[in-house]
Amino acid sequence: MKKKITLTKYTRSSFLTYGLVIAAYVILQSMVLTGSITSSLKGMLVPICAYAVMAVSLNLTVGVLGELSLGHAGFMSVGAFTGVIAAIALEGIVPMGWLRLVIAMAVGAVFAAVAGFLIGIPVLRLKGDYLAIVTLAFGEIIKSVLNNLYVGVDGDGLHFSLLSDRTGLAAGGRMIVNGPMGITGITKLSTFTAGFVLLMLTLFIVFNLVNSRTGRAIKSIRDNRIAAESVGINVTKYRLTAFVTSAAMAGAAGPLFAMNYSNIIANKFDFNTSILVLVFVVLGGLGNMLGSIIAATALTILPEALRQFADYRMLIYAIVLILVMLITNNPTLAAWTQSARDKLRRAVGRKKPARTPAEGGDGHE
Amino acid sequence: MTFLNYLLSGISLGSIYAIIALGYTMVYGIAKMLNFAHGDVIMVGSYICFFAVSRFGLPPVVGVLAAMAVCTVLGILVERLAYKPLRAAPSLAVLITAIGVSYFLQNGAQLLWTPNPKVFPSIVGNGRLALFGGQLTVSHVTLVTIASCVVIMIALTLFTGHTKMGKAMRACSEDKGAAQLMGINVNSTISVTFAIGSGLAAVAGVLLCSAYPNLVPTTGSMPGIKAFTAAVFGGIGSIPGAMLGGILLGVIEIFAKAYISTQLSDAVVFAVLIFVLLVKPAGLLGKKISEKV
Repeated sequence: MKKKITLTKYTRSSFLTYGLVIAAYVILQSMVLTGSITSSLKGMLVPICAYAVMAVSLNLTVGVLGELSLGHAGFMSVGAFTGVIAAIALEGIVPMGWLRLVIAMAVGAVFAAVAGFLIGIPVLRLKGDYLAIVTLAFGEIIKSVLNNLYVGVDGDGLHFSLLSDRTGLAAGGRMIVNGPMGITGITKLSTFTAGFVLLMLTLFIVFNLVNSRTGRAIKSIRDNRIAAESVGINVTKYRLTAFVTSAAMAGAAGPLFAMNYSNIIANKFDFNTSILVLVFVVLGGLGNMLGSIIAATALTILPEALRQFADYRMLIYAIVLILVMLITNNPTLAAWTQSARDKLRRAVGRKKPARTPAEGGDGHE
Repeated sequence: MTFLNYLLSGISLGSIYAIIALGYTMVYGIAKMLNFAHGDVIMVGSYICFFAVSRFGLPPVVGVLAAMAVCTVLGILVERLAYKPLRAAPSLAVLITAIGVSYFLQNGAQLLWTPNPKVFPSIVGNGRLALFGGQLTVSHVTLVTIASCVVIMIALTLFTGHTKMGKAMRACSEDKGAAQLMGINVNSTISVTFAIGSGLAAVAGVLLCSAYPNLVPTTGSMPGIKAFTAAVFGGIGSIPGAMLGGILLGVIEIFAKAYISTQLSDAVVFAVLIFVLLVKPAGLLGKKISEKV
């Protein structure tokens, strides 16, 4: 007799996400190989992957942990700078480009995790909007510091200085980070495949974390902190776990994003970038990882797709953003889609009771 | 004397932050939303005043009044069209809508008025006042800024404390449901709050551009973020808190620029904010609300 494999609802939805990401990769990659892809879309593949990783990792903080973070780009920039410095410093030692990229992403993840841990300790003592403003403040501090950082490499190793160039490199040394000019002369190591692998890895980490004992503890803290605390959940520990994991994944996305360009500046990862990623998360639905990826993809392509409107494209982008928020939160429309879905379900013949609309933004399908 | 000079320019910058922060804090207090488009209302106000004064040759006072009128209408319109339909929606949805409005205003300004920087004419001239036998010079802009801040502070305190509308605003920010049961029209109260906040933003914009006369469509975003920080610093939702937070933030910023490092002044400002929030998690004058279980 055949053994029946039953999948929980959660496993099914995570398998669906993996499947769709793999399918998208296979289709896009074959389009790249056959050359039937426009060059502008081809150039966006790596940034899309980086933004998708950012969105999924931020969704862990905002959707699963339930805390608003306005400084997520700060972790990305920590990862980007440390990762690219590592990649450039290892240029002579590690000849394989892909291995340097992997090392860069690992270094970026580790440093961003450390930054996340250090920032998380004070930040997670606060709540709500106060927490949000402190993450914003940390993002701005990271940006200011990186804007005034000078790093060079020579035979003796790495040299650091702040505010002005006092690295005093030996002959033949190379300046890596040059203050406000950022990092120049990066070897473009990022590939679409690397981005895809990182995205799959991120999804794997997030899905397994969310669907574990730790994940359930994190969600219980989101739903009711006091109740969670009263049943013996170590609130600080689990909040910090989610926050640091999220920071580490953003740190890995940093080098992927930076090494797609020949130069990168700290101002690229400012408040607006944090907000952009937050928009992906909210638009895709809180706690809905597939939604985050779709929103990141759609909103990265949208400004390009609107190119024909020339000067008006960012205006249209803004209007689309407002309208989407107004429509998805319209109670009349929500009731209408709910009843339509019930009718569809009855027509199909599955006699399942109608799902009550979840509270607090359980994703806008 | 240089210390006094720095202190005065700090208070002047802080007064501008305080006026902007008032708009943030009033809207937050009543609508419980972070209005990220507030910074861009400042920019719109500055442009209106710029065109009124330098293109149409109107006297500066008329320019300021025109800017206030336009921003007030803009504030009410934005609230009606974008925020009101989302009153029952999760706060993050409102936040994203506010960001959308901010993009809209910035890009609209870019289309209407081009991204080329405009040199803002100082509305009070470039005169300076010499004190202590010329040892301390204060520009008229600084004096006008500080004076306007004081006037606005007193007027707002009187308004919220003694008028019917002011009391309605306080009631709504405390408990919207109960306020409605007492016969307060919550919707129009929220509209008035947005109108006042946006009118103040126009004043702040004119003062900001008089002190730093470089007007571009993104002029409002950084002062907006700083003022938001100031509002949280003082305890968001509290009007005296916004005043105190704004002025302290301005003074810290100027001192950090003068004595620590110009490039790292923003980092210093934000570090002080983090430190204050760690010691007083609800801001300087914020009320600590204990949770009911």
